[in-house]
Amino acid sequence: MFQAELFLRYLVQYLKVRLEYRSDFLVQLGTDLLFQAVNLIFILVVFTHTTQLSGWTREEVIFIYGYFLVPFAVFSAFFNLWDFNERYIIKGEMDRVLTRPVHSLYQIVMETMTPESLVGAVTGLLVMGWAVWQMEWTFHWMDPLLFFLFVIGGAAIYGGIHVLLTSISLFSDSKTDIQPIMYNVGNYGRYPVNIYHSIIQWVLTWLLPFAFVGFYPASFLLRDDRWLTFALLTPVMGLIYLGLGIVVWNWGIRHYRGAGN
Amino acid sequence: MLNTYRELVRIRFLMMLAYRVNYYSGIVIYSLNIGVYYFLWMAIYGGNESLNGTTAVQITTYVAVAWMSRAFYFNNLDREIAQEIRDGTVAVQLIRPYHYLWVKGFQGLGEGLFRLLMFSVPGMVIVSLLFPVQLPTFGAVWGWFAVSLILGFFINTQINILTGLFAFFILNNNGLIRAKRVMVDLLSGLVIPLHFFPAWAQQGLSFLPFQGISYVPSTILSHGMPMEELWSFLMVQAIWVLLLWIPIRGLWFHARRRLVVQGG
Repeated sequence: MFQAELFLRYLVQYLKVRLEYRSDFLVQLGTDLLFQAVNLIFILVVFTHTTQLSGWTREEVIFIYGYFLVPFAVFSAFFNLWDFNERYIIKGEMDRVLTRPVHSLYQIVMETMTPESLVGAVTGLLVMGWAVWQMEWTFHWMDPLLFFLFVIGGAAIYGGIHVLLTSISLFSDSKTDIQPIMYNVGNYGRYPVNIYHSIIQWVLTWLLPFAFVGFYPASFLLRDDRWLTFALLTPVMGLIYLGLGIVVWNWGIRHYRGAGN
Repeated sequence: MLNTYRELVRIRFLMMLAYRVNYYSGIVIYSLNIGVYYFLWMAIYGGNESLNGTTAVQITTYVAVAWMSRAFYFNNLDREIAQEIRDGTVAVQLIRPYHYLWVKGFQGLGEGLFRLLMFSVPGMVIVSLLFPVQLPTFGAVWGWFAVSLILGFFINTQINILTGLFAFFILNNNGLIRAKRVMVDLLSGLVIPLHFFPAWAQQGLSFLPFQGISYVPSTILSHGMPMEELWSFLMVQAIWVLLLWIPIRGLWFHARRRLVVQGG
C-alpha cells in the first residue's frame, strides 16, 4: 500500500516536471514515432521485393512488429536504467537511495521512469490493428487476456535482463558497455525466429529469451500453433528472468561499497 | 597550423584507446547488427539467386561493408557541440587561436581513424568468418572506396555539425539529434540499399545528401561498377561536401552573433 502511494506521488511529480517543458516533451514523442516508423518502412520496402519471409506474409510480419512495440514500450517506461552507472555509482546517488526504507531497486525504478514511453504501446496497437484489418482474423474472447499476460511477461523478461546487466555496475565501479549489446540482441526478437540459424534460435529462446518479447506471443495470436507452448511460457519466463534480476541485484547491493570513500 | 590539427587527431586517437571496453563491445554490436540484416536478407531472397540485380553474396557484402564503414564516418560531434553550447564552454573555444568547427572536425577524424583501424578491420575479419562476405582483391577499387568513404565522412560530419549548431536556437536539441540519427541510417542506405526503394523514393533520395554517406562507398566495394558510373557517384558526393558548407557558414555566423548577445 505504502509502495503504491509512493509510486503515485513520484508519478505526479514527474508529470509536473514534464509539463513544464512541453516543447521538449512533444519533440521526444515525435522522434519516438519516427524511430518506430523507420523499422516499419524497412518492412514495407522489403516486401516490395518478396511476398513472404520464411512463410510469413507482410501483414503477419507487421503484426509481429506492432506487437513487439507494446511490451517494449512498457519496459522502456519503467526500466530506464541506461545511465545508472553514471548517475548512481559515479555521482554517488546510490548512497542516498540506500539510506531510505524502500527497496533500492524499486526506488531507482520510480526515480528514472519515463511514463511517456507508453505512447509506443499506442503506436504498436495501431500497427497491429492495421495488420489485423488487412488479414482475415477471427477474434477469440481469450485474446485480450492472453495479450495482457504476454505483454507483462515480455516486459518482465526485458526488465529482468536489464536489471541483471545493470547489477554488474554494483560489483565493479568502472563503466561497462554491455547494455547496448542487449538492446541489439533484442532486435532479433522482432522478426520471425525461423529465419535465423538454429543456434541463434536457441539463444533467443533459452539464454537471452527475447523471442518471447515479440515473436512467440505474436505468432500465437496469429493462430500459428507451431510455437504455442513457447507463447504460453511467456509469463513464466518473465517471472524467472525478473526474479533472477532482483536476486542478483540484492546480492550486488550487499557487495556494494560505494565509489567514494 | 597544420601541425595543430594533426596533433588534435592524434590526441583524440589516443583518448579513444583509453576506453577499451567501449571498443570490444562495439565490435560485438556491429556484428550483431550485421547478423540481423544478413538473416533478414537471406529470408527475403528465400533461395533466389538474385533480386533486383543484386546477388545474395553481394547483399551480404554490402551489409558488412556498410556497417563497418559506419564505424569510420559515425561520430558524436552533434552531441558534443550541443553540449558545449549549452554549458557555455564554446565561448572559451571561440577566443582560442583556431577555428572551433575545424577543431571539432579533426577530433571526429581522430575518432573515425581509431575505429577504422582498431575496429572495422578486425571486425571485418570476424564477420567474414561468420558470413559469406566476398570482398574484391586489392586494387583500384579499394582506392576508390577509400576516396568515397572519406567524402562520406565529410558529408556525415557536416550534417552532424549542422545538427549540433541548432543548439544555439533550440533549447534542447537531443530529440533533433536522435531523429537525425535514425533518418541518416535509413536514408543513407545503411539498412536498405537505395536501389531497393520504390522508384519514387529513389528519385527523392537522389536529391538528398544522405546517399553519399553510406550507399555510395558500400556500393563501390560490394558491386563493382564501370568507371563512368563511379565518377558520377564521386561527383555527387563532392558536390554535397561543397554545398553543405553554405548552411554551416550561415548558421555559424548567426550563432556567434547570438552568443555575443547572450554573454552581453
